[in-house]
Amino acid sequence: MTKILNVSHLRKSYTSGNKELVVLDDISFGIDEGATFSIVGPSGSGKTTLLGLCAGLDKADSGEVLLCGVALSNLNEDERAQLRNREIGFIFQDFQLIPTLTALENVSVPLELQGEKGASATAMELLKKVGLADRSHHYPSQLSGGEQQRVALARAFCNRPRILFADEPTGNLDEETGNKVVQLLFDLNKEAGTTLVIVTHDLELARKTQHILRLKGGKMLSNESLPST
Amino acid sequence: MNKEGLTKKTGILWVALMAYRDGRASSRRLILFMAAIVLGIMAVVAIQSFSANLKENISLQSKSLMGADFLIDSNQFPTDRVLGIIDSLGGSDGMEVNFASMAAFPKADATKLVRVRGIAGDFPIYGALETEPLDAAINYSREGSALVDATAMLQYNLRVGDSVKIGEMTFAIGGALKSAPGSTAISSSVAPPVIIPYEYVEQTGLLQMGSRLEYNYYFKADEDTDLLALDEKVDPILDAENADLDSHLDTSRRLGRRYDNFGKFLNLVAFIALLLGCVGIASSVNIYIREKLKSVAILKCMGATRKQSFYIFLFQIAAMGFIGGVIGALGGVLLQQLFPYILQDFLPFEVTISWVWPPILQGILLGISMSVLFALLPLLGTWFVSPLQVLRIQEHAPKPPRPFLILILSSIMLFVFLFSLSLLENWRYALSFVLGIMVTFAILSGIAGLFMWGIKKYFPSSWGFCARQSLLSLFRPQNQTRTLILAVGVGTFLISTLYFTKDILLAKAQLEPGANSPNIIVLDVQSDQQEGVTGLIEPKGLAVMDNIPIVTMRVQELKGRPVNEIRLDTTSTINGWILSHEFRVTYRDSLIASETLLEGDWVTEYNGNGPIPISLAYNVAQDAEVGLGDAITFNVQGVLMETVVKSIREVDWGRMQLNFSIVFPKGVLEQAPKFHVITTSAKDEASSAELQRDLVSSFPNLSIIDLRQVINLIEDILDKISWVINFMAFFSILTGIIVLIGAVRTSKYQRIRESVLLRTLGAKGRQILKIAALEYLYLGILGSGFGILLSLLGSELLAYFVFETGFTPSVIPFVVVLPGITALVLGIGLLNSTAVLNSPPLQVLRKEKP
Repeated sequence: MTKILNVSHLRKSYTSGNKELVVLDDISFGIDEGATFSIVGPSGSGKTTLLGLCAGLDKADSGEVLLCGVALSNLNEDERAQLRNREIGFIFQDFQLIPTLTALENVSVPLELQGEKGASATAMELLKKVGLADRSHHYPSQLSGGEQQRVALARAFCNRPRILFADEPTGNLDEETGNKVVQLLFDLNKEAGTTLVIVTHDLELARKTQHILRLKGGKMLSNESLPST
Repeated sequence: MNKEGLTKKTGILWVALMAYRDGRASSRRLILFMAAIVLGIMAVVAIQSFSANLKENISLQSKSLMGADFLIDSNQFPTDRVLGIIDSLGGSDGMEVNFASMAAFPKADATKLVRVRGIAGDFPIYGALETEPLDAAINYSREGSALVDATAMLQYNLRVGDSVKIGEMTFAIGGALKSAPGSTAISSSVAPPVIIPYEYVEQTGLLQMGSRLEYNYYFKADEDTDLLALDEKVDPILDAENADLDSHLDTSRRLGRRYDNFGKFLNLVAFIALLLGCVGIASSVNIYIREKLKSVAILKCMGATRKQSFYIFLFQIAAMGFIGGVIGALGGVLLQQLFPYILQDFLPFEVTISWVWPPILQGILLGISMSVLFALLPLLGTWFVSPLQVLRIQEHAPKPPRPFLILILSSIMLFVFLFSLSLLENWRYALSFVLGIMVTFAILSGIAGLFMWGIKKYFPSSWGFCARQSLLSLFRPQNQTRTLILAVGVGTFLISTLYFTKDILLAKAQLEPGANSPNIIVLDVQSDQQEGVTGLIEPKGLAVMDNIPIVTMRVQELKGRPVNEIRLDTTSTINGWILSHEFRVTYRDSLIASETLLEGDWVTEYNGNGPIPISLAYNVAQDAEVGLGDAITFNVQGVLMETVVKSIREVDWGRMQLNFSIVFPKGVLEQAPKFHVITTSAKDEASSAELQRDLVSSFPNLSIIDLRQVINLIEDILDKISWVINFMAFFSILTGIIVLIGAVRTSKYQRIRESVLLRTLGAKGRQILKIAALEYLYLGILGSGFGILLSLLGSELLAYFVFETGFTPSVIPFVVVLPGITALVLGIGLLNSTAVLNSPPLQVLRKEKP
């Protein structure tokens, strides 16, 4: 099977005062296209940093990320932005909807960026799918947390991404709403064949994926495949 | 990957759509940014449009302003040669002689210094004498009556048919003179005009030695006459005869220049308002963009390029600038209609207002360019924000690299300089203006920084909770301390400077203190009238303080070269007025208080050997290009006198006393035909009026200057000027208030969050209000206080270096402006805070989030 994401010997550090703080060290793994994958670990283990590097939101000190066959280190910021627009979807813990846009506008932005005509119609379809058609003209501040995360889900899938990164997607939701959102996430993944990469410290959620990568102190502890559920 | 693909597909329409979507939710704030520049643009457009109207009106009305196509003037009765030229030009159509003299109004038992205009023939050829009744302008010459300045008539409660005595002649008043070519409102307030038929001038007995006469011969030119060519041809010949040719084009140019300078000054005041607005924009956009960075990071995460996300907000700001420019330009056009009323005291004619497109377009362009330029620095934050910010909160807004910073700041400076240059048309003035603005802004900004540093470093931990919280607010992240101090400070600086400058000008014009200074100057006293005049002064218990002899003379030769030869020498740089001026010279053996010896030796008395040693004022020596030891030959009423420059004096012309360009030693001019100036000091207005009445009734040829009245006049004129300047400063103040409201509103969300937190923790509404009140009180006092102090410092420097005088500053800035502006800041701040207090915390938070 083709690897949609291939990470090799990734290293990332920050400078704090005169000290170098290594956040990720020698991380290597690969994800097959269409697979579900979770990155777990305690707070400060480097999970979010790894997600940022894999999605091309940040640059590594050394090592390489091959995303959809493209080496991210060869791209400049705008090229990485275009790659994200075409191939990647995002879900964040705190939803990250643009507060000044309505739910519908938030969902249609990635399609509009591709210059697609009928972005609104597609966005509306997705809002229907997540059960928010009647809230399409509401601003994020007028929606509950669960509703905001569903809008974020619709936005993440609207450009039919090959890979979707989710950073603690249920972190800000109650159990019931969280479960609904997770269900929706996996349903959409199945339906569209999108690769799913979830960063979480919720082991129950991680166990729903096919692979679990464990991090601790910036180092990779394990990369295990789970029997399919 | 196709790099350009996305940009092309999404294009400018998507950027505009996103700008609109985002702006829709932030419309209130964007409107405030816009309002900050509207007033500045309004003022600039109004002034520029009005200046253009003025120029157009001046050139259209230049003939009626002069009353003729051209005139020949001379300060003496024209020589035969001049009369020959007048004849050769077909003879003048009208003529006048004018001079200052006392007029007595028997009905009011009053006397007043007036400008008598004796008119003959068809004057004015263009325009009209506006009188009440209307036909008085035509009838006065036939009836032999006088037209008296309408304001003077009102002042003395005179009516048509009352009499006015000028010199030896008494005239019936034929009408009130409302306006006449050649008289402006300002000159009329010094010496109001009285028009009489020329044929009676001789009979007034005022055409005698010592009178400063001006003869004007008015001409109507054929349509095909080239006035410039005529001027070039005739003027050199007239110059040699102490006469001059002036065409209506010269009047137009002169007037144009005069109002241009005033217009430029007003433009600068308006421009300061605009700059203040732009500083407000920069600061508000800074906070605005900081709050938008998260959205930009999300957009970048979704695949927006740096350019796209930057353009969204650039488009938003440019659109606000455009709308602000359009509203400002329209407001400017409305304001333009008011200018004839605002400036009516300074205009010699009625100005017809019309739309002028270049200033309107310039206003719109200014709106766009200035708002974009000043917002560029915070806008760049959108370019440099990383998409990673969606995962991690960055404490500080991304800082653009130093070269960008330098480039943008230089562009702003260059723009301000170029715009000032286009207004002032002199790079030195423009540079000084930019530097002045920079220094003022930098000092105020520095003071704000120092203040924040000071409270942080020496934080009064022992103070009560509210006082401490209010101080903390001043240096918390995203504080508005610097913006508010700048806005309040610059506004206060402007108003206070206006007051202080007025104080300086008044101090400069003030009489020398003490009872020993004269306040009444009696001019044109003939030698045989001296005893009679002193005989009227002394019995009233008043002392004759000076009896200054004056001899009139002209320059015949400079350094051995006849003036006629110098006139023809096109390479000569000697100032023309030296060659044709009739100098009024005195002789004495000592320097007076307004004089300082700069070079050479002061000669008290002429010993009869060699050329006569004289003393020149520095400015005359400069203009005549002579120095110590240079020879000057004077023509003293037909007698040539050879002199040598023995000393050069600095003369303080601003002092209210008789100053002289040229002083002879004693022992030379005693026997020359001369007249005298006698000074005295009257205790009060009543004794001054009585003395003037007695003097004029006994000696009608005398002119009397009452310095008290002159000071009142100067104050009056300064009041009129300061009303205009105050009017313009009002725009800065109003802009300052808008910037203030903008700054307060922009930081509202942050304040709400803090208030909500404090309320959640148990703080009472009164405590939160007290915290806000104290914070705005500090800002108000600091901004206005330093604005006033800075203005006092600037005014002191101006007084010391430019006006060379000391002055007592008005208390108005301290007792009215400072508390007034502080109260305003407090009011605006508290209004904002009460809105926060009156809403439930959760509702406030939800409402404010977009």
